[in-house]
Amino acid sequence: MKQQTSTGGPVVIVGAGQAGAQAIDTLRREGFDGPLTLVGDEPGLPYQRPPLSKKYLAGEMSSDRLVFRHQSFYDEHRVELRLGCRAERVDRDAKRVILTGGEALPYGRLLLCLGAESRRLTCPGSMLAGVHHLRGLADAAAIRRDLVPGARVVIIGGGYIGLETAATCRAMGCEVTILEMADRVLNRVAAPSVSDFFAREQRAHGVVVICGARVVALEGAGRVERVLCADGSSHPVDLVVVGVGAMPTTGLASEAGLVCDNGVRVDEFCTTSDPKIFAAGDCANHPSAHYGRRVRLESVDNAFEQAKAAALNMLGRGVAHDRVPWFWSDQFEHKLLIVGLSEGHDRLIVRGDPHAGGFSICYLKNGALIALEAVNHAKDYMAARKLITERIPLNLERVANPDMPLKEAAA
Amino acid sequence: MTRITFIQPGGSHRNVVARAGLSVMETAKEHGIAGIAALCGGACACATCHVYVDAAWLGRLPEPEDIETAMLELAWERRHESRLSCQITVTAQLDGLTLTVPAQQAGVELA
Repeated sequence: MKQQTSTGGPVVIVGAGQAGAQAIDTLRREGFDGPLTLVGDEPGLPYQRPPLSKKYLAGEMSSDRLVFRHQSFYDEHRVELRLGCRAERVDRDAKRVILTGGEALPYGRLLLCLGAESRRLTCPGSMLAGVHHLRGLADAAAIRRDLVPGARVVIIGGGYIGLETAATCRAMGCEVTILEMADRVLNRVAAPSVSDFFAREQRAHGVVVICGARVVALEGAGRVERVLCADGSSHPVDLVVVGVGAMPTTGLASEAGLVCDNGVRVDEFCTTSDPKIFAAGDCANHPSAHYGRRVRLESVDNAFEQAKAAALNMLGRGVAHDRVPWFWSDQFEHKLLIVGLSEGHDRLIVRGDPHAGGFSICYLKNGALIALEAVNHAKDYMAARKLITERIPLNLERVANPDMPLKEAAA
Repeated sequence: MTRITFIQPGGSHRNVVARAGLSVMETAKEHGIAGIAALCGGACACATCHVYVDAAWLGRLPEPEDIETAMLELAWERRHESRLSCQITVTAQLDGLTLTVPAQQAGVELA
């Protein structure tokens, strides 16, 4: 059977990140030979974001090493690049994307890879110079310019971005303080013993970690000079990095009348409420068959796989997207690897000693693993990817025995 | 000059000139070598840049670190000559390195 390779007109992709770049690759690989346009509001070619808080910020990786593909790839694949360009609105009746300046791009199929954007501080002073968020290359480049040894850096938010940035800044010789509003770092994304481990390591490296800190104002004459907290404490700074989470970017979709609800709502085939419009990546709220609920994932792997599925479905292939997501974080010499989603677990088992070497946190539901957090324990992580994806019933005594390889813990 | 040869599972060869200092994974991505997903971008967190190193070259590469060995555990069809290409840095000594790309990468499902 000849597979369908036509979409009934041009394909326009809005959003030039991991998902947008991947969709191009899949569309051309699968034989789509019609007009293909990639619209991105950042000036450069699509690039990897994870190193921005790590190797790029540390100056160990230049921006040309961040790009997924060089210009020649887009030339060879006949991709019209509209970079540094904003899609202002989608005219669904005429099937056109309208760019800033009024230019209209007609589409047969439209893929929205709009990503997510940094949650902003709303307290007084949050617009002062020297206050940074970290989402894109321009943000990271701006932070890097301010990072000189001895600089006093306050990180607001003890999530992944905050902790990774703190570790990088500290390794570069800055004086670093993390202000976290909750009672522990990684509050929303990891088990308490994982939070404790990373808070301890940050402190051991000389980072000041303050939990329960509510920032009420940033002050300075034109440029930020201190951070004030609700308890009256004042932290002198040269530079502030805000890492208080991200929100899906949905403006273009919601203004076009597409159903949005914690992201652009899509079905398992990545189709929005308009059958000609698809969405993938951080912006897409999609059903997870594996977890039996809707999810929106900020994950490289999900962006990659969902964009592939969306591209195939734009070609009419009917491929359902259902992934067990995975994530990682590097801080100092430590690596946190996470697979699965822990929400809804009925049992938590710690393997190994959180105070000595590698350990992992197993989240179980009905006797099967649904998520695992591994600190310096890649073996458990790799075993868990298989155990979770295949829903293998486990022997809990074996799971709890750190001397027994997790991959041999099947019931 | 460091030349690296990538062999696809079907037998086709690509010879590329690699830039010193990049990883072999980055070299593959730069030249559009099929079959190297490298989802984590070189953080040694995904095992999707798995390659088979030509037997003659295996002993001439620096030994893998523990994390690479652990990550390789669930690489698709791991063999004795398996390595993660993100963990191999291009140097002048690697001129002539020959690698085979596996037919699949761990956990990467679609084309």
